[in-house]
Amino acid sequence: MATNVEALPVMSIFDTFLNWKVFVQTLPLLLSGLTTTLTLGVTAIILGFIGGLVLALLRLYANSPLRQITVAYIDVFRSIPILVLLVVIYYALPFVGLRLSSFGAAASALSLVSAAYSAEIFRAGIEAVPRGQFEAARAIGLSSWRRMSDVVLPQALRIVIPPITSNSINVMKDTALASVVAMPDLLKQATQAQALAANPTPLISAAVIYILILMPLVRLVGVFEKRLAARGR
Amino acid sequence: MTRPIIEMRNVVKSFGLFKALHGVDLQVKEGEIVVIIGPSGSGKSTLIRCINQLEEHNGGEIIVDGAEVGHGRKNTVLTEVGMVFQNFNLFPHMTVLRNVALGPVRVRGLSWAAAEDRAKRLLARVGLADQAMKYPAQLSGGQQQRVGIARALAMEPKVLLFDEPTSALDPEMVGEVLDVIQQLAKTGVTMIVVTHEMGFARKVADRVVFMDGGRIVEQSPPDQIFNAPRDPRLRSFLQAVLSH
Repeated sequence: MATNVEALPVMSIFDTFLNWKVFVQTLPLLLSGLTTTLTLGVTAIILGFIGGLVLALLRLYANSPLRQITVAYIDVFRSIPILVLLVVIYYALPFVGLRLSSFGAAASALSLVSAAYSAEIFRAGIEAVPRGQFEAARAIGLSSWRRMSDVVLPQALRIVIPPITSNSINVMKDTALASVVAMPDLLKQATQAQALAANPTPLISAAVIYILILMPLVRLVGVFEKRLAARGR
Repeated sequence: MTRPIIEMRNVVKSFGLFKALHGVDLQVKEGEIVVIIGPSGSGKSTLIRCINQLEEHNGGEIIVDGAEVGHGRKNTVLTEVGMVFQNFNLFPHMTVLRNVALGPVRVRGLSWAAAEDRAKRLLARVGLADQAMKYPAQLSGGQQQRVGIARALAMEPKVLLFDEPTSALDPEMVGEVLDVIQQLAKTGVTMIVVTHEMGFARKVADRVVFMDGGRIVEQSPPDQIFNAPRDPRLRSFLQAVLSH
C-alpha cells in the first residue's frame, strides 16, 4: 500500500538515529561518561582560571625576564592545538619518565591551554579598569597586593565574566578530545555504545546531553550580565 | 605651625620629550592652605601628583614630613598625604561606607567596626550620613566628591591634596563641595588645592601660587595676587578667567 511505502523510510530514520530502546540501554554508559566529562571540564576550568590569573599578573607586573617567559608561555600555548598537546603529554612524556593517567594528561593539556587564554582575558579585564581606580587605591596607601585584591580585581573580574564563561564553555567542549587518549568521557562512551549497539543513537544522545549541559551556562551569562548592569558601576 | 611639611627643590618632571615641570621650588608649612592656579597644561596637577608620587619626578627632591620620597624609596610617609581627585575615583563596587573605611582597615590596621564608625562620623561631617549604604553610582557628582573627601580624611592625613575637585561637577554642585573644603580649611590640616575657582582661592588660601609653562611664576597671599599681580602672564590669566 502507498502509505506503508512512504512510512517505511521515516520509521527507519527513527530506528537508526532516535532509537528509544538503544537510548534506554546505553543511557547508563553515557551518564558515566558525562560524570567524567564534567569532572575533567570543571578541573580544567578551575586550574585554567587560577593559572590564567597568575599569568596575567606576571605578564603585567613581573620584572623583565619573568615577564618575557610568561609572554612566551601564553603565545606558545595559544598557538598549539589542544589535540597535539594532549598526544604529546600522553604519548611522548612517558619517554622522559613522566607518565600521566589519561585523566591527568587531559586535565593538564586543557588547563595549560585554558590558562593561556584566560591570561589574555584577565589582562584585558585589568587593563579595562580605569587608571583613576589604581591611583585612588595608591593615594589611600594600599599595598600593591591590596590594590589588586580590593580594588582592581573585583572590577576586572566583573568585566571578564562573559569572555571567561565562553572560554569555560570551550574547555567543556574540548574535553571531548580526551577520548583520543582512551579517557572514558561522554564522547568516548557514546562511540563505544554506538559500536556495541550497532546504532548511532548514542551519538545523538551525547550531542543532546552536551547541549543540555552547556546551553544553560550560555543563558546564565546573560542573566549574570544583566544583574551586574542593574547594580550600576 | 612653621615647619615645612612639604619641600620641593628644583623638581623636574617630563613625559617623554614634554617637560611638564621645569625645576619647581615650593615649600608648604604645616597648616598652610596653598591654592595653585594657572592655565591648563601649566603643570599644576603634575606638581601635586608628584608630591604623592602618582607621578615620579625625574629630578630634584621632594621631602614630605621630613622624608624624601620617590626614586625607589619605600614612601611610607605618603600614607600621611590624602588626595581628592577631579573625577572622584570612588570604588564603584563598594558601598560609600566601605569606600571610606577601606583605607583605615587596610593601611592603619583598624577593625572594620572601628573604621566604619569613623567613616560614619566623616560622612556625617560632609553631610552624607544617610547615604552610607548606597553605591557611588547612586549619588550625584557633588555627593560623590564629598565621599571622596571623606575617604581622604579617613586616613587622618597631615596633608590633603585636591586635584581640581570641582572641575567635573555640574555648576549647581560646585558650592556644596567648596563649602566642605572651606570647613576643612579651618581644622588646621595642610591643604594644597589646584582649582579654577578664583573666588574660593581668594577666600580660603593663605597663599596663591600661579603656575605657567611648568614653572611657578608668582606666589603671594591672595590679596596681592588678585589685586596687585606683577607678572604679565598672571595679569592676562586673571583677566581671562575673571572677565566673565
